[in-house]
Formats: sequence, C-alpha cells, structure tokens
Amino acid sequence: MTVDRPNIGVAIFPGSNCDADSLHGLELAGANAIPVWHDHPETGSLDGMMIPGGFSYGDYLRTGAIAQFSTVMDLIRQMADDGRPVLGVCNGFQILLETGLLPGGMLRNRDMKFICRTVQIRLESTGNSFSNQNASGDTMRIPIAHGEGNYYADPKTLAEMNSNGQVAFRYCDNGIVGASTNPNGSSESIAGVTNAAGNVLGMMPHPERALEPQLGSTDGLGIMRSMVESCISSRAAINV
Amino acid sequence: MSNTGATAPLYEELGLTASEYQMILETLGREPTQVELAMYSVMWSEHCGYKHSRSMLGRFPTEGEKVLQGPGENAGVIDVGDGWAVAFKMESHNHPSAVEPFQGAATGVGGIVRDIIAMGARPIALLDSLRFGSLESPRVQHLFEEAVAGIGGYGNCIGVPTVGGELFFDPSYEGNCLVNAMCIGLLRADQLTSAAAAGVGNPVILFGSRTGRDGIGGASVLASQEFKEGDEEKRPSVQVGDPFTEKLLIEASLELLDKELLVALQDLGAAGLTSSAAEMASLGGMGIELDVAAVPLRESGMEPWEVMISESQERMLAVVTPEKVAAVTEVCEKWGLTATQVGVLIEDSEFVINDGSDEVGRIPVLSLTDDCPKYQPESKKPDYIEASVPSVATVFSSDSVEDELLDLLGSPNIASKRSVWDQYDHMVMTNTTVLPGHDAAVIRLKGTDRGLAMTSDCNSRYVYLDPLKGGMIAVAEAARNVSATGATPAAITDCLNFGNPEKPEIYWQFKNAIEGISQACEAFGVPVVSGNVSFYNESNGAAIYPTPTIGMVGTLDDVTKTCESGFRSDGDRIFLVGDTLSELGGSEYASHVHNIVEGPIPSLDLGVAKATCDMVRSAVSSGVLKSAHDLSEGGLAIAVAESCVNGAIGAKIDLSSSGQELSIVESLFSETQSRFLVSTSQSDGDGFLKLAEEFGIRVAEIGEVGGDAMQIGSAVELPLDVVCNTYQQGIQKWIQKT
Amino acid sequence: MNAKVVVSLKDGILDPEGQAVASALGRMGFDEVKDVRIGKVIEIELEDGIADAEVRVKQMCEQILSNPVIEKFHIQTEQS
Repeated sequence: MTVDRPNIGVAIFPGSNCDADSLHGLELAGANAIPVWHDHPETGSLDGMMIPGGFSYGDYLRTGAIAQFSTVMDLIRQMADDGRPVLGVCNGFQILLETGLLPGGMLRNRDMKFICRTVQIRLESTGNSFSNQNASGDTMRIPIAHGEGNYYADPKTLAEMNSNGQVAFRYCDNGIVGASTNPNGSSESIAGVTNAAGNVLGMMPHPERALEPQLGSTDGLGIMRSMVESCISSRAAINV
Repeated sequence: MSNTGATAPLYEELGLTASEYQMILETLGREPTQVELAMYSVMWSEHCGYKHSRSMLGRFPTEGEKVLQGPGENAGVIDVGDGWAVAFKMESHNHPSAVEPFQGAATGVGGIVRDIIAMGARPIALLDSLRFGSLESPRVQHLFEEAVAGIGGYGNCIGVPTVGGELFFDPSYEGNCLVNAMCIGLLRADQLTSAAAAGVGNPVILFGSRTGRDGIGGASVLASQEFKEGDEEKRPSVQVGDPFTEKLLIEASLELLDKELLVALQDLGAAGLTSSAAEMASLGGMGIELDVAAVPLRESGMEPWEVMISESQERMLAVVTPEKVAAVTEVCEKWGLTATQVGVLIEDSEFVINDGSDEVGRIPVLSLTDDCPKYQPESKKPDYIEASVPSVATVFSSDSVEDELLDLLGSPNIASKRSVWDQYDHMVMTNTTVLPGHDAAVIRLKGTDRGLAMTSDCNSRYVYLDPLKGGMIAVAEAARNVSATGATPAAITDCLNFGNPEKPEIYWQFKNAIEGISQACEAFGVPVVSGNVSFYNESNGAAIYPTPTIGMVGTLDDVTKTCESGFRSDGDRIFLVGDTLSELGGSEYASHVHNIVEGPIPSLDLGVAKATCDMVRSAVSSGVLKSAHDLSEGGLAIAVAESCVNGAIGAKIDLSSSGQELSIVESLFSETQSRFLVSTSQSDGDGFLKLAEEFGIRVAEIGEVGGDAMQIGSAVELPLDVVCNTYQQGIQKWIQKT
Repeated sequence: MNAKVVVSLKDGILDPEGQAVASALGRMGFDEVKDVRIGKVIEIELEDGIADAEVRVKQMCEQILSNPVIEKFHIQTEQS
C-alpha cells in the first residue's frame, strides 16, 4: 500500500456483479481498491466508495430498493455527508436514487429491453469530484448495460439540478444531444447526476469498462482518476 | 417398507416400456416402490439415460494431450497454459423452451452454468444457439423474443457475459424450437473438481434453493415425448429460474472450493436429486443414503417421490468430511443460502431412500446409472436424400443480382443479430476483446497474455441434405471462425438435436452426422470433451432439421494478436482465400431467394480445410492481416457486405482476375467451403501472398477497401448506408412485416 | 388479516409496459382500450388483531414497497 494511493471501497451486495470489474478498474486508476461486504462493512479509513453494477437482491421489488437498507448504506451516507467521493454505477446509481442521496427515480428502458452497447456521453458539469481530468463538453465513449436506466425527475427537480450544475452527463452523438441519441428514454437524455455538493455521482454508463485499449475505449479513465484525486484531496481536507 | 405395490399402468404413464419394467423387477427381485419406480423412470428416460445414443457416442475422438477431463463428468476440461484450464459444455433446453420460452431459455442457461461450477470453474462466458420456425409467424416471433429475453434476464443478472451464438429460422423448427446454451468456465488446472463421491460416512449436503414441485416429470419426461396439439397444459411442470440465487450459488460454491471444504461437487439438473446423487455414488463406486424428510421444502405435503425427482433450480449437492460441515454451513449462510445434510455415503453400492425413520426405497446404484437399456435402432437412408442429390444441376441465373443481394442481406438468417446481442450484457467481467458480431468472440484471461476464442456453429440445412458431410462442415466452419481470430482450435462440445431416433431415417441422420463430426475432429486434431443429445424434436410427426450444434473453444497465446471481420482503411488490399466452385446446392441463396432446398451441398476436403485455417491463423498471428472473415452462408457477396458494415467503410471488388469461370450468381453466392475474405495494408499484401504460397493455399487479390459504396464488378454498386441499413435492420423489418 | 397493496407509476409518468400492452390490445381488435397502466400487487398476510394495521402497512409502503418519486400506492385490508 503506497501513501499516494487512496483507499476506495467497493460495496458488495448479494447480486452485485460488477464488483470484481470495479476493484480492477479502481486499481488501474490509481487506488487501493477494497472490497466492502454489505453487512459488516470495514470502518477503516476509506477515502471514497464505489457502488458497483449488478442486480443487488435480484433487483426484486424495484432496482436498488432492498439494498438501500443494508448496513453498508449507513457508512455510505456518512461518507457522503463528510464530503468523501461516492460513485454509483448502474445498479449503484439506482441504489443511490432509492436512498435519496441523489434526486430522481429510475424507470424501465423506453423500449422495454435490456441494452448493452457502447454509447457516447457528454460531460455537462465540472463542478464535482469526478471531472477534474476533463473539460465541460468533452465526449466519452463508454458502455451501458441496463434494463432500467430511464432516469426520471419531475420538471421542478430538473430545473434545480440544471441550475446547480448537478447534471453530470448526457447521452449524445458527436456532442449533439437529441431524442435519437437517447438510448433509454431518460429525462433530458440524462446519463448521470450528482448531489448538490458534487461528491456523490450516479451514472448508468460503466466507466470501469472503458479503461484499457484492449476493450475498445479508455474514456472512463478521466472519471475514475478524478475520483482518485478527489479522494486524496478530500482526505486532506477532512483530516485537517 | 411403505408405498409398495406400484401397478403396471403407472410405469407406462411414466414412460417405461413393459420390457424395461421387467428389467426393474429382475434387478430388484420384487415390485418397485413408488419412489423407486419414479427414480427409474427419470434415470431411464432418453434425457438422462441416453438409451438410443450411447452406442454411437463412443465414435467421437475424445483424447488429446490438452484434455484434462473428457466426457462423463459435468463438463469437459482442457489445459490452456500457464496453469489455467477451461471447462465447457453445451446443453439443450428445447422442450421446456417450446412450452414456456422465457423460463425455458432462462433455466437452460442456469443449468449449464451449474455444470461449469461443478467442475470448480468460474463461468466466464455464455453462447446461445437458437433455432425457430419462420420469423413471419407471430407465434415464432413470440418464442424468439421471449427466449432472448429469458437468456438475457438470466445471464445478465448472474454477471456472466453472453458473447456469441447463432440464430437460424426455418419452417422445420416451427413446432419445436431449439435452445442450446453453452457455458465456458475458468479454473486453475490443479483445482479441477469432480462429482465422484469418496469417503464412507461422509455427509452429503444439499445447498441453494428449497425444493418445490417444479418440473416434476419436467425435462426428463417431457424430453422423451413428441409434442402434440394442446400441450400448453404442461406449463405447470416447467421450472422457474431465479438468477439471483444462481449468482449466490456461484459465489458460495467457488468460496467453498477455494477454502478446500468439499470432497465432491455436483449440480442438480434433469431428474434432480435422483440423478445427482446416483451419479456421484456411481462415479465414486460407492453407495448413498438420503433422507427426503431432511430436504428443505418450499411446499408442504410433498411425497418422497416428488422430492426425489423435483427439478427445482439453483441447487447443488456436495460431499463433505464431517469436521467441515460447520464451515460449509457458514459459507452458505454468508451467501444467504440454506445448506442441509440430507444424507451420507455408504460402502455398499446401493441408493437408499429414507423418509425419516422409514425406508422407502433401496436400489443398486449402477442399475440406475449404467444399466439403463441401450437400443441400437434400425437405420435407413431417407427417401428425400435419394431423390434430391443429383438434382441441383440447375444453374441459377439472374438479371438483378443487386436486388437479390439486398434481399438476402436483409433476410432473417443473414441479417445482423445485433438486436439480439444488444440485449445480452456481453462486456461484464471486462474481458471481451472481440465483441459479438464477428466470426468468433475473444475473451482475454486477465493476468496472462492469453485469450480464448469461442463460437457455435451448425448449418442444419446441410446436415439435413447430407448428414455425413454436413456434420463435417459444422466442425470445419467452427474451426474457420476460431482461426479467423488468430486462435488455434482446441476442443469442441456438441449438442446433438434430432427427431425421433426410433424412426430409421432419423437414426440414419444421427449415425452419419456423428461420423462426419468425428472425421472432421480427427482431421483438425480437436477432441470432443463434452456434449448432450436431444431426441424427439418433432411436432405432429415432423422432425426438425438434424442439428448437431458444435461449440468450439480455441486458444490464443497472445490475445493482442487477433483480428476482426471489418475492413479498416482506404487503400487496403482485399484477398479471397480458397477456390470458388459452382456450389449453390443447400445454399442460403437457393433457399431464401428461390425457395429450393436441394443438394448436393458443397464439397469439403478436410486436408484443405485444415491447411487453409492454419495459413489464415499464421497470417493473423504474424500481423499481416487487417481483417479476416470466414465465408459461409450467402457466400462471397455476404462476406464482403459484412466486412464493409463491420468496418463502416466501402470496398471495390473485381472478380475478373480470379481466373475462375463462373456465372455472377455462382461467384457471389456459392457456398464453397474453406474460404476466407481478408485484407492487408498495401505493403503487407505481398508478404501475405508469399505466406499463402508456403502453405500451398490459393489466394486471389480481388479488390481494394475504400469509399462509401460496395461495388462488385459491374453487377453490384450499392451505397454503404443502404448496405448497412439493410443488414442492421433486417430482423426488425421481418418482425414488423406481419 | 390480509392487506393488498397496489403499487403503480404516478399519473403522468410514462409507462412503457402499459403502452406496449395497450397497443397490442389495439392490434388484437380491442378498439375500446384508451389507456393501460401496469402496476404490481403485493399481498401481505398480517397477524390478527393488530389495532393500527392500516397505519403499519402505510409505513411499509412509504419506506420500501413504493418509491414516492415515481410511484403511488393504494391499500386494501380485509379480515381473513
């Protein structure tokens, strides 16, 4: 364990299936990645947390609905309050919505089908813990793989999020956002959102699947490395 | 003993013949109890007992220096280097899928995944080979869409990427669709796990889901009967899958093995507890005593025989030493699974079933597993083959090959399957380096330089017209697909789907297809390491096309030295590897465009087939190729179109220099075997020609990559976007037509 | 006693499943169908004699059985 590498936990629920990919990806991005089991979470010095994709508790009832009551979520709420970076990807995003750490809700994809393919997303905001390696307007090629990624928020919430810079990513084609480039019918083509403080990000695309040239894209590196850097700086800030 | 006195008519209802019942009476020396009769009926069904196929399966070559486990266990295992091994197997779930396509397909995936876990391997990839009736039929559309959703729903949830497969539509599958699922798992070679029971007195632990009345008389009995009208009523006996529990079962099983807590591991599949326990005892050469009252149940009031043959999903059976029972229970509890001791191993080779303190059955183990009657049915060459072979001397001619090409490109069997694999998570585990849509998928092995290529193939129309050669071609096509990625074919699994073997013509198809597959495997040096037979694929007396699906795994020493099918850059040189002959018999062109299904199917020289694959593989590894694509259904024209679409770039083909005197229809659509379409940079082209010469393979330079049109001589000039849209939207268009 | 909870998407939120069923019904000739909304039914078996059963079930709905951001619920209770 080197000093420079922040400790980032990966919360594992029964049914998580991107936990190994997330651990591997965080290591590639420069973190010490630590598996954190849902019901007896390590309370050691975690600088950030990633909630991976999958089907926690089978996604029964609603995606993410049952996971929100796991013991590890108390730790995650505390870390979010403390200002440490928390990244929820795919099912992780759904869980963050169910817990209320992020605004909005998730519906089934517009076409009622699971979709797995590489899409383009546009970075909409740099005022958060996951964007210091990129510039606003950057486009990234990152895979999605979900059956319920149709993000919904009511018009009032959307307006607030837009004015706070909480919309992190939108689906696009060469930077252009439109109905035809929206894979799942989400409100305003939203692919990812943050909390008002900017330290909690939920996104449907999988940045951990876009870190190595062999897999076709390295565009997820910016997001993951930003998180790693933010973990280091937030640790310094919190420990002052 | 209770439950005695089963009567004669019952055995018939359970699918046993009078002579089989007589064998049971002789073995036991008395009438069987109800539990015993139920157990014999499922173990001696075609599905478990292989009674019409066993005598032929010995023909397959099954040995090779890399084979760690051949047929006989839950899956075959081969050594892939650096201490790693790969377990794989394909299995059918045809009849359950015809009754309830979503659950049938889903539980098919679940079952094959558990076979792989039982070998001690982590499942790393799935392939699904699907065959349905004509896509114009609303019922077929329903079966197709639900089966795909079921596969996705299960595979996506358990986090194992579905990276490939096949999709084929033909009226012969109208009443009897085929759902064949293949799973590949990775393990350390020294952690190979067996189902063989060992250690008298060792507890037998059942873990996973609770047992209900799922599939009572399900797969085993269903698979032994032909379908007739009104069979929808069988729905209640279909099993329901729970992929969430399966995911927990994967993790729990691997943790148990990793902690070295198990003596033996076995999954519960067809015939449930009966088959699993009997196989474990049989492989270990010992006996087993089970208490049905100890089995955790989901429903009250289940009879002992129901518990013994229930096909409830997501269950595993393990043999454990007594001091490790507590540790095993603890691991299962961590994953939220029940683990219960349901029995114990005994010395005498007997299968004893107790219901609490009552003994309700006692059967010699081997009478269940090995003494299943074997039949050598009559075999007779079908009349349709005699009638068809000499005919397709008809040379097709056409004034509008361009229209025919578009018609074929957008047809259900040729058009892009993207709308299907888009619904499968094919990237989870972050190892898929060649995605679906190319000749074979490639998976990297993290932590090594190595990779695996995998494909499933069978042109069943060929097998129908000529089972011997069709069987050979299925293996040769799989080898071409694997070789196009630069991988070396290592071994195959097979899923042999046929009609009723008691009909001499069907058995003839079966025998000849096995002979063809065997000859091709010998020529390519690839053993058969696992497989499955599915008979009685008929509806209203009509059989499906004989469909011996071949699942092949190939190995890559360096996973970065691979190739995809799409053309790459302007100015690249295009080559056609192999000769083209006038071979339109049995072709997709003849079938789709002219509605003619007649032989003779394309010839196959196994020596040339192998040498061609060797040359292309060598070219991929040496880095001279920028694209490589095998030629199969639809011939050269379709291969060119696919390379254009997959590379999003045009091509200009000129066939005048190929030196072969064929009509344009033959040049474009002939399905001559052992051919590839490849491209190189300008500078590497000559090196490639030299390499081909060294291997003695004929290669013709036929054109150049570039532009935004697909042009073939003066006959075809199509804008790239028309080619792309036709290919990519084909399946949706066919569905919307009705 | 038994409680039956019906959870469905709030009015105004797009229900793709309901739309798919509505258009299928239309294709099948059920021209009178104007709209279809799909929800789920959760049947809960409760111990008898609980005084504030309806309040308890409402709490269950608010805390886990429904997501107030996108869903509404309706409770029916009956003595078994």
